[in-house]
Amino acid sequence: MSDRKGISRRTVVKAALASAATGITGFPFISYGQSDVIRIGHLTPRTGFLGPLGEFAVQAADMAVAEINAAGGVNGRKIELLKEDSVNPQTATTKAERMIERDKVACIVGEISSASGLAIGQVAERTRTLFINTGCNSDQLRGKSCNKYMFHIESQNSMYVKTCGRALLAQGLVKGKKWFSLTADYAFGHDLLRVAKKFMAGNGGEFAADKLVPTDVTDFSPLLLEIRNAKPDLVISNLAGNQITNFLKQYTEFGLTFPVAGFGFDTAVAWAAGKGNFLGTWPLVWHHLINTPASQKFVADFRKRYNRPPENQAWGDYNAMKLIAQAMAESRSIDSTKLVEHMDKGAKFPLMKTRDGYFRKSDHQMMHEMYTVQALPAAQIKNEWDIFTPSAAVPGANESLEVIATQGDEIECKMS
Amino acid sequence: MLLAQHILNGLLAGSYYLLIALGLSLIFSLGGIVNLAHGAFYAIGAYLAITIGQRLGFTAAVFMAPVAVGVLGVVVERLLLRRFYKADPALSLLLTFGLAMVIEQVLRMIYGAPPLSWAIPQELRGQFVVGDFFYPRYRAMLMAVAVLCVAGLWVLLQRTPFGRVVRAGVQNPDMVGALGISLEPYMATIAFLGIGLAGLAGVMLAPIFAVHPAMGGEIITAAFVVVVIGGLGSFWGVVIAAVIVGVTKGVVTAAGYPQYSEAAIYLLMLLVLLVRPRGLLGERIVRFE
Repeated sequence: MSDRKGISRRTVVKAALASAATGITGFPFISYGQSDVIRIGHLTPRTGFLGPLGEFAVQAADMAVAEINAAGGVNGRKIELLKEDSVNPQTATTKAERMIERDKVACIVGEISSASGLAIGQVAERTRTLFINTGCNSDQLRGKSCNKYMFHIESQNSMYVKTCGRALLAQGLVKGKKWFSLTADYAFGHDLLRVAKKFMAGNGGEFAADKLVPTDVTDFSPLLLEIRNAKPDLVISNLAGNQITNFLKQYTEFGLTFPVAGFGFDTAVAWAAGKGNFLGTWPLVWHHLINTPASQKFVADFRKRYNRPPENQAWGDYNAMKLIAQAMAESRSIDSTKLVEHMDKGAKFPLMKTRDGYFRKSDHQMMHEMYTVQALPAAQIKNEWDIFTPSAAVPGANESLEVIATQGDEIECKMS
Repeated sequence: MLLAQHILNGLLAGSYYLLIALGLSLIFSLGGIVNLAHGAFYAIGAYLAITIGQRLGFTAAVFMAPVAVGVLGVVVERLLLRRFYKADPALSLLLTFGLAMVIEQVLRMIYGAPPLSWAIPQELRGQFVVGDFFYPRYRAMLMAVAVLCVAGLWVLLQRTPFGRVVRAGVQNPDMVGALGISLEPYMATIAFLGIGLAGLAGVMLAPIFAVHPAMGGEIITAAFVVVVIGGLGSFWGVVIAAVIVGVTKGVVTAAGYPQYSEAAIYLLMLLVLLVRPRGLLGERIVRFE
């Protein structure tokens, strides 16, 4: 294409600048001091269909670290947060390895995609580095794929299903009822569907239909026409992210009146559907209307800092940072193996709920309260955020926290 | 009756791919630029619909947002696109691909990553029900708007002096130049129309789809399929392709496979390209051969 053969001085300068630029972006932390700070790696999707949740995660992690450092740090040392976009499982692996081996982070926090979470978990096990998963739900991650260094503050799919399931049982929507279910066609959806099916069959429900929906489908109208014809007793969403928003907007457009519920959910999805579109019964790991002093202080501080209330993903990353700081202070160590031992001993963590939580030793799943929210009718909505009714915590005050988690032979985790 | 509903519904999807595809096709046939940023302008249209709609109402947004997007299109055409009319197509592909990413990030910086909420205005809610036949009113209105736009564009291109110059420019730009007519001012108008139509699609679809920074990518691929099946540069080719794509989606769905309706249109494209590489009514594209 080009007939120029010699290399001009300008080309050389450009090439030098370009390599300098890649050098800068490739090695951003090289000039920082080594020993007087505790480094923590934060990896989560910041682009793509989980990016909106990742934005809350990053903001909350920043806020937690700022608070910890303002209070004097951990054992007298400040925390330095290294943040990266995890993108996909391959990139997540590379970035996790780089954070651990080159940047010497004490631990890794974050992730929302179950596939990337699995990848980071494998790096964590190999390098014996603590990883706290703040947003991946799949049971498999706490089951067959569990390992000694991976902990889950995010609830597993079973907890979501059993929490929302209680509300559905109370509404009489399970026994002898026909469900029309829509499931996101990837790892998370399949895992959720498996758990949901088990719950439905165990409580006497059956499928009117059971449809897998590719993750790039935005137009639900063909499925809505089918739902209208099938006349189910309940429409169940095992969808994810923007899919739920699209589904709810179009469900309202089609004016269908069958009850709607879902087993996977995030507050951001409800806000995106918004007044007049949001409907149904949904489970959440935390929401901004929980009436405990710690939750309301977190909501107020977050709103002051970012001009919007936090959603459940913000809760996950904020509390993960706080509990790591607490575990480091209590065990007087930043060594991952010591931290794992400390948490395996049943250390209690305040999670801004009515009861403290703890990691179950057998699979490292956080045992804590969950919630079911119910969409408010449009006429009762006063602002763009408070669009659902707050609910009582599940399980109730006199029950063990473990009743909503996987039980007995459902726990497939074998830790070495 | 279910089949009719599914076909109607497929046609609706087709008509919105068409609004995007016609703009793509026009800008390509006159300027030789494949505008990969077209989906990003669709996203801008949706965001402007919300920004304007929250202050002045839905109707104001429907009229103002597409015009604003069209004006933005002219600015982009004057500042960027026109430098690439005679250049290697790879360069304009890179330019518009980059532009799409810049617009997506700018939307993210202004509005944040989570989707914004936006609903159908109360007076346009509801459904038509005739016996077994059922269809939402808003979708019927969407279809009417799309048909009006296509008809208007056809009249403009076929029945006005402006359209004659544009058609001549598409067929033989050198001859038009020899006759002393500069195509540059026409290109600005075409950019206004083509990009404005993408903006209009964004405004109309915002109440029923999630409005988020990357939403452009969701529609541009299907619009490209319509353009490729119809043949780049052909008005009727693109219209026919949109109808075929719509009916295909409807039939596959009615046959009981809604989850494959998206995949079916790519299979259709594959078949058309195997039999007829330039698309149904496409011109032979000398610069690519």
